[in-house]
Amino acid sequence: MTESMPVISLKNVCKTYSLPFGDVNALKNVSLDIMPGDFVAIMGPSGSGKSTMLNLVGSLDVPTSGSLFIDGIDIKKLTDDELTNLRRDTIGFIFQQFNLIPLLNVRENVEYPYILKYRHKDNEGRCEELLHRVDLTDNMIHHKPNELSGGQQQRVAIARALVNNPKILLCDEPTGNLDSKTGQQVMELLSELNSHGMTVIMVTHDQNIAEYARRQIILMDGEIV
Amino acid sequence: MSNRIFFEFAKRSVRLHWLRSSLAVIGIVIGVAAIASMGMLGNSLVLSVSDSLSDVGDSIVIYPHGGISQGPGSVVKNDKITERQVKDIKSASGGNAVIPLYSTADEIKVGGEDGIATVYGLDTEDMPVVLNLADGQWLKSSSGAMAGSRLAEEYELKPGSRIKLGDNNLRIVGILEERGMGFDINPDNAVIVTDKFYSSTYDQDDYDQVIVKVTDINDIESVMDAIDKKMNKRDDVIDAFDTKAILETILDTFGKISMFTTAIGGISLLVAGVSIFNVQMMSVTERIKEIGIIRSIGTQKNEVLRMFIYESLILGFFGATLGALFSFVGGYLAILIMLQETSYLFEPSTLIYIPFGMAFGIATSLISGLYPAWKASNLNPIEALRHE
Ligand SMILES: Nc1ncnc2c1ncn2[C@@H]1O[C@H](COP(=O)(O)OP(=O)(O)O)[C@@H](O)[C@H]1O
Ligand SMILES: [Mg+2]
Repeated sequence: MTESMPVISLKNVCKTYSLPFGDVNALKNVSLDIMPGDFVAIMGPSGSGKSTMLNLVGSLDVPTSGSLFIDGIDIKKLTDDELTNLRRDTIGFIFQQFNLIPLLNVRENVEYPYILKYRHKDNEGRCEELLHRVDLTDNMIHHKPNELSGGQQQRVAIARALVNNPKILLCDEPTGNLDSKTGQQVMELLSELNSHGMTVIMVTHDQNIAEYARRQIILMDGEIV
Repeated sequence: MSNRIFFEFAKRSVRLHWLRSSLAVIGIVIGVAAIASMGMLGNSLVLSVSDSLSDVGDSIVIYPHGGISQGPGSVVKNDKITERQVKDIKSASGGNAVIPLYSTADEIKVGGEDGIATVYGLDTEDMPVVLNLADGQWLKSSSGAMAGSRLAEEYELKPGSRIKLGDNNLRIVGILEERGMGFDINPDNAVIVTDKFYSSTYDQDDYDQVIVKVTDINDIESVMDAIDKKMNKRDDVIDAFDTKAILETILDTFGKISMFTTAIGGISLLVAGVSIFNVQMMSVTERIKEIGIIRSIGTQKNEVLRMFIYESLILGFFGATLGALFSFVGGYLAILIMLQETSYLFEPSTLIYIPFGMAFGIATSLISGLYPAWKASNLNPIEALRHE
């Protein structure tokens, strides 16, 4: 993969949801290239198609029409298992609700995608290294997610998203459930990751948060404006 | 091993909901215990019956009315069967072999040892019909005798040995095969002599017992009816027992108990299956969001499926293991009470019912868990993620 090739490429992407009372065109003819190392904020009012776009880019869903390339791969050609492996290996997800796994402790949450990918436990201290990098201390690693504050949970989620060295980090309202100070700390962490070359795509409706991005895309009624 | 992590999920989920998990497990425990212990009891019974009854039901045993010999040794008799009555029995039995015999108990001395043995007297011609020879020869003359296997063992008798029966010296010409307990005769602990020797020694002409060997086992009831009709006209003169019917009564009684208990086992497995299904559906419904999370970060459908199957397998395995323990204890007690003996419990053909019952329990939970697991693995990740 050469550096000049886009890591995400949408061409005339449409996404239509079929509902009993008619179709909803959530995305209409969206074309967009995102280059490696970019930091993109997707903005727009509620219902404009931001989450739909993020789901497509995260290979959680496939376009109704048009083409979508993720890391050079045409995702129309992938089976469900291959899409799943793409999420596991190439994409890191960060959610507004943190979405940690309640049955697993902090370290296990970070280790989980690693085990999915490598089929063995992390014996190289990668989880600890990542937890340090997001400023979590060793005495927290055996806590269950619900014993942590929101900011701490989001840091664990970031560590988890990074454990398989993804090319792309997808964030859906990453600061939406955090107070503004904690939100800023999380944004600084994301900026730092981006400055080391990570491609970051973030959905937000907060202009202050969007300022951290290098590029802002605004969606209206399923179209880029 | 990535399977380990899915197993870990299952284990933790079961542990988190230990109360409802235990309730679901109880059904499996009861089902497995009932099915396995009944199987074990049934097999022990069959083993014990076929071990101790050599001829499985081709004889009619006839005693004088009111005088049943209570097994070897004890002789409680009021009456005898006369030569005339034997003739009548013969004419009622069609072509089947009719064997009249004498029996008593007498003192036996071999070398310095002495004791009591059963004595059977019968026609030399009839001996091969009801007895089996292990060593030596069939008895031909009144000066000889044959010894049952246990008696021969006890007194170290061989063909050619000499014994003293009452006041008479007899030479052992043959040793009989071990036969086990029978409904007709029990020769293992007996001395067999000729009818001539018996009637002159004990001064007795009438017989103690008559055995009718039926060539075609399907005739047994009609032959018995014919004998009964002929003999017991006005008063009951004889009592006739058909060994097949005795056996059938035992096995039939057991069959009913066993069917009843196995039905209970089956029903409790069914109930257990339903409750495991419920528990698993609950587990899936409660964890829709979690399923969405793990799917979105790269868990494949089949991995989610495995996670939930492990969960129901853990329930099934726990239930089956507990059920196996209970069935062993329960089977042990039941066999002890019914057979006064537990050695048949340790036969492989009996113990096999434990894994057999366990397999039933585990299969039940596996089947009950399939649909919930399938449902979990086929959730749409995006919708599952949005679920609150
Ligand atoms: N799974 C779905 N089924 C049907 N309609 C949907 C679904 N997801 C989103 N939509 C519709 O698509 C449009 C865009 O939704 P979404 O991408 O969630 O917008 P945003 O994230 O910008 O608020 C909305 O009209 C929404 O109702
Ligand atoms: Mg949204």
